[in-house]
Amino acid sequence: MAYSDKVLDHYTNPRNVGSLDKNNPEVGTGLVGAPECGDVMKLQIKVNPKTSIIEDAKFKTFGCGSAIASSSLATEWVKGKTVDEALQIKNTEIVKELSLPPVKIHCSVLAEDAIRAAIGDWKKKQGQEKSAPVVQHANVARQA
Amino acid sequence: MSTDVVAGNGNQNLKLPIYMDNHATTRTDPRVLEEMLPYFSDTFGNAASRNHEFGWVAEQGVEQARESIAKLIGANTKEVIFTSGATESDNLAIKGVAEMYREKGNHIITQATEHKAVLDTCKRLEKYGFRVTYLPVQKDGRIDLEDLKRAMDDKTILVTIMTANNEIGVLQPIREIGALCHERGVLFHTDAVQAVGKVPFNVIQNNVDLASISAHKFYGPKGVGALYVRRKNPRVQLVAQIDGGGHERGMRSGTLNVPGIVGLGKAAAIATEDMAEEGKRLGALRDRLKDKIMSQLDEVYINGSMEHRLPNNLNISFAYVEGESLLMGINDIAVSSGSACTSATLEPSYVLKALGAGDDLAHSSIRFGIGRFNTEAEVDYVAQRVIETVNRLRELSPLYEMAKEGIDLTKVQWAAEPTH
Repeated sequence: MAYSDKVLDHYTNPRNVGSLDKNNPEVGTGLVGAPECGDVMKLQIKVNPKTSIIEDAKFKTFGCGSAIASSSLATEWVKGKTVDEALQIKNTEIVKELSLPPVKIHCSVLAEDAIRAAIGDWKKKQGQEKSAPVVQHANVARQA
Repeated sequence: MSTDVVAGNGNQNLKLPIYMDNHATTRTDPRVLEEMLPYFSDTFGNAASRNHEFGWVAEQGVEQARESIAKLIGANTKEVIFTSGATESDNLAIKGVAEMYREKGNHIITQATEHKAVLDTCKRLEKYGFRVTYLPVQKDGRIDLEDLKRAMDDKTILVTIMTANNEIGVLQPIREIGALCHERGVLFHTDAVQAVGKVPFNVIQNNVDLASISAHKFYGPKGVGALYVRRKNPRVQLVAQIDGGGHERGMRSGTLNVPGIVGLGKAAAIATEDMAEEGKRLGALRDRLKDKIMSQLDEVYINGSMEHRLPNNLNISFAYVEGESLLMGINDIAVSSGSACTSATLEPSYVLKALGAGDDLAHSSIRFGIGRFNTEAEVDYVAQRVIETVNRLRELSPLYEMAKEGIDLTKVQWAAEPTH
């Protein structure tokens, strides 16, 4: 399969690789996917409690190049956004930005899920879980 | 394809990309190509033309090739039927026997890690009322002969079990399987595609009744193969699956692919001559690759038996690293992966799943197929690139991090349901 230049760029120079302290109350952690499916993404955000702005984001991904690129891009996009703005990020935007082919759409879905799961975890820590839309599993039916 | 030249180990120059996917196909040996060329030009005749020089010369080329194949596998020339390749050979053997012996019985036995050309042919026959037993394999990739014995009944007409597996290179105990079949009066077909020309393969010693062969797996051209069909003890009969001019003793109609067949013959002649020595050389290269990788990386697992294995095959799972991302990182090396992402179906390799290693290790597997044209410097380069890339991807892997923290990944409640 030929990869788009942007996928290759994120694969070769992934942004924001690493981990934040998952016990920090300002950090939200999303872990989505499963090893037997071939994709696991861990996405973490550090949120300023006063402004709700995501000040830092880190990821680690087990998955194909498109999965790595989708999660790398997701960390870039969430940084500087408020959590509510970050919740607006759609998998279809990731598909478009990275020119993902149809067989790789699930990678973008997983990245969107990772963002939502990280925000959900953060909200839970903040005692706001009622409003947290934690996505439990990837829905491959979502379309580009 | 553009090729770059880089300095390799030992001051040798390496040409990139490096081809190490010799179970998929092999480069046509220059000696084979040279032998084929005249049959595209001056000696272009139809081997079935009986009344002029052009036909005679073509027929002579074909018969010479038939002799070379027969010699390589210990057969008689009359037992070699030329086909378009092993998929056709598998179809002809299995469907041809099923149709011919239907009165005698309707039960066929095969096993889980066969090539799709065998499995899907068997599935097709199930639709037509045949009963098929798919034997499981053990952890090492080999069937249990006791399972085979138990599966045989008075309706069993055919056992079809491959000689060597195309993904893990594991050799099945075909001599014992063949003996068991002959004891019970059951025909034995083997897809010998990966074995012929690589390891000794003799139809008499191995009690084989039908064997599928493909030229391009051992340095011949694509689009040509053969089916060995035993003529005595027992005499195997087939119902032809392609109707037409009655070529190949009526078993396979269609004008013969003369240049291809000549190439297949030459490949067989070279193999007869060089196989023993080449097997040793490739085995040493394979072991060098394995030892380098395993001495520098933890948590790598070899898939399938090392003892019963083609000398040129290595299939390894690199835990916590997904196969396609690894391929992407070593993009100047041509190998393949059992990862779902590399298959059209988004399913990880059914062969690796059959070993019971778990889907996660199937996703992390790489198949190396070393061939005649690979060098030691190439092996060293490949090992180095694989080690670097696995290390880099493990730094990126949440699973590796969790495992290092002492988390048992099998006990984690994963958020995602398997979605495919």
